[in-house]
Amino acid sequence: MSALPVRKFDAVIVGAGGSGMRASLQLAEAGLSVAVLSKVFPTRSHTVAAQGGIGASLGNMSEDSWLWHMYDTIKGSDWLGDQDAIEYMCKMAPQVVYELEHFGMPFDRNPDGTIYQRPFGGHSANFGERPVQRACAAADRTGHAMVHTLYQRNVRARTQFFVEWMALDLIRNADGDVQGVVAYEMETGDVMILQAKVTVLATGGAGRIFAASTNAFINTGDGLGMAARAGLPLEDMEFWQFHPTGVAGAGVLITEGVRGEGGILLNAQGERFMERYAPNLKDLASRDVVSRSMDQEIKEGRGVGPHKDHVLLKLDHLGPDVILKRLPSIREIALKFANVDCIKEPIPVVPTIHYQMGGIPTNVNGQVVAPKGSDPNAVVPGLYAVGECACVSVHGANRLGTNSLLDLLVFGRAAGNHIVGQNLRAQGQQALARDAGDASRARLARLDGASSGESVPEVAHEIRKTMQAHCGVFRNQQLLAEGVRQVMDLDARVARTAIGDRSRVFNTARVEALELDNLIETAKATIVSAEARRESRGAQARSDYPNRDDANWLKHTLWYRDGSRLDYKPVNLKPLSVEAFPPKARTY
Amino acid sequence: MLDQERWNRIVWRCRRGMLENDLVLTRFLAARGRAMTEDEVALLDRLLDLPDSELWDLIAGRREPQDPAVGPLLSALRRA
Repeated sequence: MSALPVRKFDAVIVGAGGSGMRASLQLAEAGLSVAVLSKVFPTRSHTVAAQGGIGASLGNMSEDSWLWHMYDTIKGSDWLGDQDAIEYMCKMAPQVVYELEHFGMPFDRNPDGTIYQRPFGGHSANFGERPVQRACAAADRTGHAMVHTLYQRNVRARTQFFVEWMALDLIRNADGDVQGVVAYEMETGDVMILQAKVTVLATGGAGRIFAASTNAFINTGDGLGMAARAGLPLEDMEFWQFHPTGVAGAGVLITEGVRGEGGILLNAQGERFMERYAPNLKDLASRDVVSRSMDQEIKEGRGVGPHKDHVLLKLDHLGPDVILKRLPSIREIALKFANVDCIKEPIPVVPTIHYQMGGIPTNVNGQVVAPKGSDPNAVVPGLYAVGECACVSVHGANRLGTNSLLDLLVFGRAAGNHIVGQNLRAQGQQALARDAGDASRARLARLDGASSGESVPEVAHEIRKTMQAHCGVFRNQQLLAEGVRQVMDLDARVARTAIGDRSRVFNTARVEALELDNLIETAKATIVSAEARRESRGAQARSDYPNRDDANWLKHTLWYRDGSRLDYKPVNLKPLSVEAFPPKARTY
Repeated sequence: MLDQERWNRIVWRCRRGMLENDLVLTRFLAARGRAMTEDEVALLDRLLDLPDSELWDLIAGRREPQDPAVGPLLSALRRA
């Protein structure tokens, strides 16, 4: 095979959402040559869909402290989060919010000009004593405002964007150093090596492995697939957060605000079932509690519809005035995606995959780490990961609301600073591995050479269906074991895909086939990790092991693609500067 | 009838940051297929240049377009 063309940079960043652009900004402003690859235009990254806000203990509304934020995050994580990383994030939160303010982020304001902070589930003062207002927001468009602010700053700093480029694989040499990526340009169909002294994966979550998902179509876990194929582990992939109210059959999210305003959930008998599961908070109990209750109702045959597969969110009793005034977009969403007018009829809803807590293991600098010898966290030279595709781990088994945007900012910035500190401009490029690009070219050659085979959309559909049925809200051994078997069958089918369209320019069929390679790795990592974890913790709810088991399972899962092998490493219960928060029961 | 390349390009540009837009645009493309005219595609391209939240505001009818030329296309998207 003739050699692929090579372009050289100090740093290559894969993904142009919040974390990728926060990292690239640090690098470009320090004068490094930075290439940022994105499948879509940067301001169309999935970060734009984040509504809630950014958690930071500014204390603008009442007294607050990073230590209280830290406690809420650890408790939210069900003690699976690493306490050093959580301390770092909560301590840095005010600083990254003020930086963003200086970049021009249009935060909501108090009359005195300070940033307004709104209340959010799980945010408390004095270690769970009373609610505190900690979420900094820009109306219900916080993610959108953040992405636009960061994009403008990056343009000013001369970050080089490679738009409509897809990274295919990491390049590693014989010592395991990462030397850049192989990338595919959609416009031309050309494949190129982007060689770099450091590579940053910032590809977001992989929520498209589930049938019911709030994630946009681009969220196919590309960085996770790349890491897995490069022999790196994926951490805690069994933990996925469900949002209780996604529109059945569509996934589109109905905000928690609907239940805040008085909307209630009903089963097929018209019963307000949350009164049984959470007598105090009822429909306003935490996300995981409501999701599990809904799933229980459906599993016990009290679901609604011809397949008894959803429940109803009733809000017509609020009256048209309240609905139109306080919940403006809900009516359009219900009309468009559920074909019901919520002023007169209830909306069919199901618990829907929303956020991936696990990912590529990193330390607080964003450096990717993997076990080597006796060190469970040995740095992989030249590779970083940030944002939802990474696992620092600050979210543990369950993410606290508003910590996702915070994670992007804190660790995007930390990775950027750590890279800048290495004085890359004074260093030369390594000699490129002799087999650089071979694996990617073999993938493409197989695909282009297959005259017949499995249909890509069909196999992708089967993966989503299987994950939904076997790795959903409530899990048990029988369901999971059968799910693992089916996903492994699908893995074999992924290797036999074929596409009809052989054109070079904007061949979307080829792109979707390449994405499928990433979806299947994420699906395997998720269901194999879930099957092995015999306990319930945070977002993993097992009906056969209903309790948290700290004696045996207070540890991080590591899944390797090779043989679908599992390993484990300890949770870091030792913060950087304060006393540890020892595990206790998680009750609200 | 759009050629394959033009069609592929517009299909990819309909990949968005928000699921709401993904779903509406996918339905629209499935309904219209390659029978779209070059003029319609040019108008669709203009809508696709918008940030996702603005595009969704238009599709959901929370806002009206500044450019009246996109009116008929937007109506079709709203019905999709």
